Amino acid sequence: MSNVDGQNENLFAYPDESGHFGQYGGKFVSETLMAALQELESEYYRLRKDKTFQEELQRDLSEYVGRASPLYFAQRLTTEAGGAKIYLKREDLNHTGAHKINNCIGQALLAKYMGKPRIIAETGAGQHGVASATVAARFGLECVVYMGSEDIKRQSLNVYRMKLLGAEVVPVHSGSKTLKDALNEAMRDWVTNVDNTHYIIGTVAGPHPYPMLVRDFQKVIGEETKSQFAEQHGGLPNAIVACVGGGSNAMGIFYPFLEDREVRLVGVEAAGYGLDSGKHAAPLNKGVVGVLHGNRTYLMGDTTGQIVETHSISAGLDYPGVGPEHSFLKDIKRAEYVAIDDKEALEAFRALNKLEGILPALESSHAVAYGLKLASSMSPDESIVINLSGRGDKDIPTVAKLDGISID
Amino acid sequence: MGMLSERLKSLVSNNKKALVAYIVAGDPEPGVTVPLMHRLVESGVDVIELGVPFSDPEAEGPVIQLAHERALVHRVSLDNCLEMAAEFRQSNKVTPIVLMGYLNPIETMGYENFAAKAAGAGVNGTIIVNLPPEEASDMTLILEAKDIEPVYLLAPTTTDERAKMICKASRGFVYYVSLKGTTGAGNLDIDDVSEKMARFKKVSELPIMVGFGVKDGPGAKAVAQVSDGAVVGSAIVKLMEEHKGNLAKLNDEVGQFVSELRAAID
Ligand SMILES: Cc1ncc(COP(=O)(O)O)c(C=O)c1O
Repeated sequence: MSNVDGQNENLFAYPDESGHFGQYGGKFVSETLMAALQELESEYYRLRKDKTFQEELQRDLSEYVGRASPLYFAQRLTTEAGGAKIYLKREDLNHTGAHKINNCIGQALLAKYMGKPRIIAETGAGQHGVASATVAARFGLECVVYMGSEDIKRQSLNVYRMKLLGAEVVPVHSGSKTLKDALNEAMRDWVTNVDNTHYIIGTVAGPHPYPMLVRDFQKVIGEETKSQFAEQHGGLPNAIVACVGGGSNAMGIFYPFLEDREVRLVGVEAAGYGLDSGKHAAPLNKGVVGVLHGNRTYLMGDTTGQIVETHSISAGLDYPGVGPEHSFLKDIKRAEYVAIDDKEALEAFRALNKLEGILPALESSHAVAYGLKLASSMSPDESIVINLSGRGDKDIPTVAKLDGISID
Repeated sequence: MGMLSERLKSLVSNNKKALVAYIVAGDPEPGVTVPLMHRLVESGVDVIELGVPFSDPEAEGPVIQLAHERALVHRVSLDNCLEMAAEFRQSNKVTPIVLMGYLNPIETMGYENFAAKAAGAGVNGTIIVNLPPEEASDMTLILEAKDIEPVYLLAPTTTDERAKMICKASRGFVYYVSLKGTTGAGNLDIDDVSEKMARFKKVSELPIMVGFGVKDGPGAKAVAQVSDGAVVGSAIVKLMEEHKGNLAKLNDEVGQFVSELRAAID
């Protein structure tokens, strides 16, 4: 990196040709996957400029997903915080209830144009699995979803939902039996079946070109936010807040604002039981630089280089790595990364229900919690946008259980 | 030229095929590894690939994944692997040791530190599964300064253009992963291996070993006939799993199996 503060760099120029964001990203995979990644990369560069592909994508985003999602001024939440105006970008209102579908529609179309009749996906909470199974049904593709056997126990509703959608859910018993192991298993499937299979990674991680292409399919969130905010309020918001698991909803809303340097970009990681407890999922706050799942990035590793198990109340944030572009944005200080623990997220979950009649996903509740803190430290003539990445129906059993109520 | 290159050169010039054996360091428990390495050599192995346990062994099939997990129960680290190599080296000065693993433990140790320690432990080469030559420019210089030879992989899907680049970057030998899939998967298609070998031989000045899918004597023989040698991994690791409750038997069974492989390829 020539310029550590990134002030004079064109941030839209990343990744570079070899798939790097500064020192991060890249293609750290076994030779067996190289050809598949190269095919995906060249097909994607072609289709990115293909008019028919783009028109089909736009049509599905509006008619199937229900875009544009609203930008909503949250009056009561704003009053509660007593500072900056709070707007919510309502990705929870998308078909299937989260931002994940934006990426899945894009990648399923890629699969269709590449002539691959089978898609595979990894899932943690099941949100990306459900979105993948949904688009597979929509496009008539075979779908296999890999899911850690621990997560299958925790997320029975989404498992059943995927099956209703016609997908096969394959339990992964290796390692910690969670999302990272599901991702390993999906890569293994892809290596074996690459001729007829496209692998839909659910976030801005993985080897190049995934961090770039998932970001591109998610940046519609930020593009809409920009024009909706200008229309409703005028100008630009002072800050944007989004939760960070792998980082796709955050990258999607941040990206179109990267060169608007006056807009603060704030990513919120999961502090789990607390940043000092060791039981969290906050690699950008407390991690080390390393290589996992095909890219160099901040991750949760021990002193011997093994990947450590993470914890968050929200399965969707419970991932030991993070997309490489976030690592880059952190180092050049274009974005800030903070963390919210389980308890604070739960409080925000309850607050948004009571104050706005909106049931947020536990993942998104992390962004809401930090957004509330941030807004109260700002002045009433300022404004922030919180990305409400998904809705919380899937989390009702988890929260009910904490309240001592069992609803199975 | 490092010890790995020298050993393989001498095999080739004597018209002998190489037998390469893979085990995971610390599987099923740390005390097994060094005696087993000696046993492998006594049974006819030319090069030892010592697997470094990793929490996320992406390219491995179920058999080798479980071996990594067994070793990690004992928290076997990269440092421990190097200690095992050093212990083996005390009484064996001739059999090359190639460390095979994933990048993160090495990245965490630091490239320079790793190269120095590995050289000190008598390690002769590396196969870092998730480090293709494109991402390895820093690493290569550091390793080579210590006479440690990086071995790179070829796959069935590797294009001619990439094969050229990979063979140029590799030292000692080039490792042809003969299957689409993970370690231990599926069956060998010898005709296909033979056709790929013909292609890769044109661009490689180094011997090419074939691995992934070599399970028994006949398989090793068939592979050795069309290449410079066979790498056997999952089949050995599976035997070790079967006999993990009886370590003396484990040693004997593996020794016996490897002798059969040796006899088959000679
Ligand atoms: C609603 C919601 N938000 C956020 C995430 C975290 O993913 P990412 O950081 O890629 O947006 C998930 C993942 O499952 C999710 O379901």
